[in-house]
Amino acid sequence: MIAAHLPVLQVVIPLVAAPICVLLRRGRLAWGFTLVVSWVVLGAAILLLGRTLAEGTISYAIGNWAAPWGIEYRVDAVGAFVTFIVASIGALVVPFARASVRHEIPGDRISLFYTCYLLCLTGMLGIVVTGDAFNLFVFLEISSLSSYVLISLGKDRRALTAAFQYLVMGTIGATFILIGVGLLYMMTGTLNMADLAQRLPAVADTRTIRAALAFLTVGVSLKLALFPLHLWLPNAYTHAPSAVSAFLAATGTKVAIYVLLRFFFTVFGAAYSLGEMPLAEILMVLALTASLVASLVAVFQQDIKRMLAYSSVAQVGYIVLAISFASVTGLTAGIIHLFNHALMKGALFMAMGCIFLRLGSVHIRDMDGIGKVMPFTMAAFVIGGLSLIGVPLTAGFISKWYLVQATLEEGLWQIAVLILVGSLLTVAYIWRVVEVAYFRTPVRPAHEVKEAPVSMLVPTWILIAANIYFGVDVSLTFGVAQVAAESLLSFAG
Amino acid sequence: MSGGGANVVDVLGLYNYWIVILLMMIGFYIVIARPNLVKKIVGLFIFQTSVFILYISMAKVRGGTAPILVEGVHTYSNPLPHVLILTAIVVGVATTALALALVVRIEEAYGTANEDEIRAQEEDL
Repeated sequence: MIAAHLPVLQVVIPLVAAPICVLLRRGRLAWGFTLVVSWVVLGAAILLLGRTLAEGTISYAIGNWAAPWGIEYRVDAVGAFVTFIVASIGALVVPFARASVRHEIPGDRISLFYTCYLLCLTGMLGIVVTGDAFNLFVFLEISSLSSYVLISLGKDRRALTAAFQYLVMGTIGATFILIGVGLLYMMTGTLNMADLAQRLPAVADTRTIRAALAFLTVGVSLKLALFPLHLWLPNAYTHAPSAVSAFLAATGTKVAIYVLLRFFFTVFGAAYSLGEMPLAEILMVLALTASLVASLVAVFQQDIKRMLAYSSVAQVGYIVLAISFASVTGLTAGIIHLFNHALMKGALFMAMGCIFLRLGSVHIRDMDGIGKVMPFTMAAFVIGGLSLIGVPLTAGFISKWYLVQATLEEGLWQIAVLILVGSLLTVAYIWRVVEVAYFRTPVRPAHEVKEAPVSMLVPTWILIAANIYFGVDVSLTFGVAQVAAESLLSFAG
Repeated sequence: MSGGGANVVDVLGLYNYWIVILLMMIGFYIVIARPNLVKKIVGLFIFQTSVFILYISMAKVRGGTAPILVEGVHTYSNPLPHVLILTAIVVGVATTALALALVVRIEEAYGTANEDEIRAQEEDL
């Protein structure tokens, strides 16, 4: 009975839980409640993924209003997979957040923190399950508004300016998406994505539709921090509370990439967006620049969270590069990396959260010899870093492998070389941290700095274990990603 | 709405779109050029408002009235974009409120709401 409502439950559970969380007031109670809710959501997401893989696309009419008049929730393989990614990171960050949030956020604001967290989760899951272009905009704004608040809760006052900067750029991006959706509606008279896909080919050769595609591309690119529209990201991730950095770095840009996939492949069709329009070339150049320039900038960062943030910009570059090929292998590589990057960035930012809890800083000058006093945290960082580089037996290797394969399939060996150069830059910036952490004598004696609490180490290590597991057994990631890629390309209108 | 040779009448006939573009650029310019954070928010809201007008004017049918069943009326404006933009207005108000709240906090933390002065303070550190 309840199984029929799985798509809408993804949104309803955290949305209803959010106001209850405000009423709980007490921090610990709010945390416990959020923990239960986030794991229930994860359970629902797993069921949804299982059902989607077994039965194909699930369509759900909100309030029984039939599409295209009512709002339709439509979950296919890509959607279910991204839902699973967001829900699992969402569920893992909550246990991690308990100690971290108590350390970084004043007691009377903790229940509000978890409220915003649940709203952010609602928005992200909503974006993924909805099949309606305008509904997508609304969920996008729910997740964005709550993430501005989450970022502004950071300890440093620069968190406020970072949140403001993100708010301005995020709102411009969202407004561009709104314009794009409006122009599409103007020409087709529908907002339902499947319906749009059917009606667009007839009017595709008009200036309005081309403008719509342009607005949507720029708007979504702002949200996913595609170079050179990434300026909000480093500040936001650096100054946000540790738990928020881990959550947003692992899910925020991923959901935006999902939106890009939806519009390019489902609504416009790959033949139009990446074939007739010169977007494939534009995206390819921007993505490659992102992966090289951002990696290079990361090498020179002193604040390790900022370094990881620039690395995120570079990794988003890899994903967009893979998408720009518009081939099954390319899309598969992109979707696999979407998942794997969530695992590694989540783990790396969590490790930074552990260090911030104990040192009150993630500046490289404070991390001398930290590997000796916080062995578990730093071991997690090293494995996460290896995965980021793409060392065999880690998830990152699988991503890079398929990415290079997709590049060679297109006959673009020069790009494959550039991808490897990007990996070398990753080695450079990860090695800097490893060198400082392991080959220098600790500034402060070991009895002053303790290992992070178990409640934070366990979620970190679960993600690290996942990094290794999905580096060895690719049946889940590759299997789902391939089904997803094929279904995305089958929309080609 | 179609490409190709547009004459003067067409260009003037699309005046609602010209207003949209004008407002959008005014708002965008304020966001970029003004160092005062409150003015930036005003610019951002003008920018969003231009899109509201885009939606509202696109739904207007010449000679049409509100979609209420009245005898003798056969032409109605399209209500859907109007309803959509009601949602977008709410989102816009929420964004503005949140942005203003952030500016209050920034003012408390830095003693100023001027972007240049904030940047100068950060560089001193």
